[in-house]
Amino acid sequence: MTAPALPSLARVYGTRARVELREFFRQRESVVFTLAFPVILLLALGAVLDYDLGAGVDFPQYFMAGVVTAGIVGASLQNMAIHIAGERSDGTLKSLAGTPMPASAYFAGKVVQVLAVAVATIALLLGVGVLVYGIDLPSAADWLTFAWVSVLGAAACTLLGIAVSTLCRTGRSASATVTPIALVLEFVSGVFLPFDQVPGWLQDVAAVFPVKWLAQGLRSVFLPDALAAQEPAGSWELGRVALVLGAWCVLGLVLCVLTFRWQDRDTR
Amino acid sequence: MAADGRPRPGAPLDPDAAISVRGLVKRYGDRTAVDGLDLDIRRGEIFALLGPNGAGKTTTVEVLEGYRRRDGGEVRVLGVDPARGGRRWKAELGIVLQSGAGDSQLSVRELLEARASYYADPRDPGEVLELVGLTEKAGARGRTLSGGQRRRLDVALGIVGRPRLLFLDEPTTGFDPEARRQFWALIRSLRDLGTTMLLTTHYLDEAETLADRVGVLARGQLAEVAVPTALGGRGSAPAVVSWTEDGVRRTAETTTPTAFVRDLAARFPGEVPDLAVSRPTLEDVYLKMIGGSGQ
Repeated sequence: MTAPALPSLARVYGTRARVELREFFRQRESVVFTLAFPVILLLALGAVLDYDLGAGVDFPQYFMAGVVTAGIVGASLQNMAIHIAGERSDGTLKSLAGTPMPASAYFAGKVVQVLAVAVATIALLLGVGVLVYGIDLPSAADWLTFAWVSVLGAAACTLLGIAVSTLCRTGRSASATVTPIALVLEFVSGVFLPFDQVPGWLQDVAAVFPVKWLAQGLRSVFLPDALAAQEPAGSWELGRVALVLGAWCVLGLVLCVLTFRWQDRDTR
Repeated sequence: MAADGRPRPGAPLDPDAAISVRGLVKRYGDRTAVDGLDLDIRRGEIFALLGPNGAGKTTTVEVLEGYRRRDGGEVRVLGVDPARGGRRWKAELGIVLQSGAGDSQLSVRELLEARASYYADPRDPGEVLELVGLTEKAGARGRTLSGGQRRRLDVALGIVGRPRLLFLDEPTTGFDPEARRQFWALIRSLRDLGTTMLLTTHYLDEAETLADRVGVLARGQLAEVAVPTALGGRGSAPAVVSWTEDGVRRTAETTTPTAFVRDLAARFPGEVPDLAVSRPTLEDVYLKMIGGSGQ
């Protein structure tokens, strides 16, 4: 008698995708924190701040790239670090590791979750931007840039988030660690204020990390090319955006492979 | 393998056993948690591993489940080295961890359906819910369950894949007596379906009522392996006869309690006041065993 075949990868991936979507969208705190936070930022700072950026660009138009960056970082880096740390400390991961579920299915489910949350956040931000501030949506070719910059940035931040989750003992401590780091990176990357107002040495620090390049790529999408002159290099540097985000993907993947654990540190 | 006890010293791994262990060693830093353990568990058997906290129960079980690397010895679980067990091997196992299966926003039914979809030939989630008595809670979210209900959910998740070998690490901790009896009935029905089980527990009555054999772990070694009624020489240990005579409570140890009671009965005109005959309980011999080699 031959044993019945194990379910196909596609079937298990499908299960994990459904599980991850339910886990996220049923948890009110994570929905509010991840989806609503960038929207609140847009509404609050958009109403208060009033920079003149030249070329007929008002602050909400400039800020769109920033809040979309914050939305993507929240859906990927913060979401992964906090929830995977939580799943490790409460035994979810250990329990899954004792089943025939392939490890790749777990990560496939997370990718679907990040994509869904990021797309929902971006749609919400664009809707609010257009309805409340009358921002201009990207023009034809810019949508393509929007797509690849978002996907590459989300991929780099997802991998980093998974790697960071291993450093934190619980979901709570991950939240306390990652949230300030994300906010500081966003601040020095020109998310909350024009990047040319960030001190030069801080610009250099920011340039090491992926958030700056994600934000810069998204500025190229939402701002007229006339404003490229205000960037440090005097251009949008899209080639370099792709290169740095790609490098962070590779580094993040290596870190994940080297450090990922299915159980707490003390149970080796 | 001897009828009840451990494998003979130097015996090779038993290819027919569900679990076969020779000279298992596991260290944490300087501390040796498991120190040369030998064990065979037959297919279809319920084996209970007893021992005080820190004796190495969970370490041993987690090596067998593939969660921990061993530092020495040979191990086969369903014929496979757990350090190399793949998906197909894991599909034959059911694991109920001491730490449970984690928190979730999913309902009990959704959790079981998701878990079932990882296996080749799973049980019907509805039947499993019935079996563990959670049918009424099918729509409840995992995190809203009480401690005992959660543990039953852990067991449900452990058996939904139709395992041939089920690991149960302290499955009834936090159960009330009623829930424990229901759980025992569940284990017996799984045994009738041919499932081999390795159970760790702190409850000696649980081991006595469920297990075909019990093993007592102390200081990382098996102090003894026996059927529950024979552990620690219980079957042949002297009985204690006690009664009241002239208003004084009297006791006597005897290897021939029947003859002793017959003599006693002859000395009293009617009933012997407060007569009781007792053998050492599993708890008595267990405490003696771990007291002698533990702490």
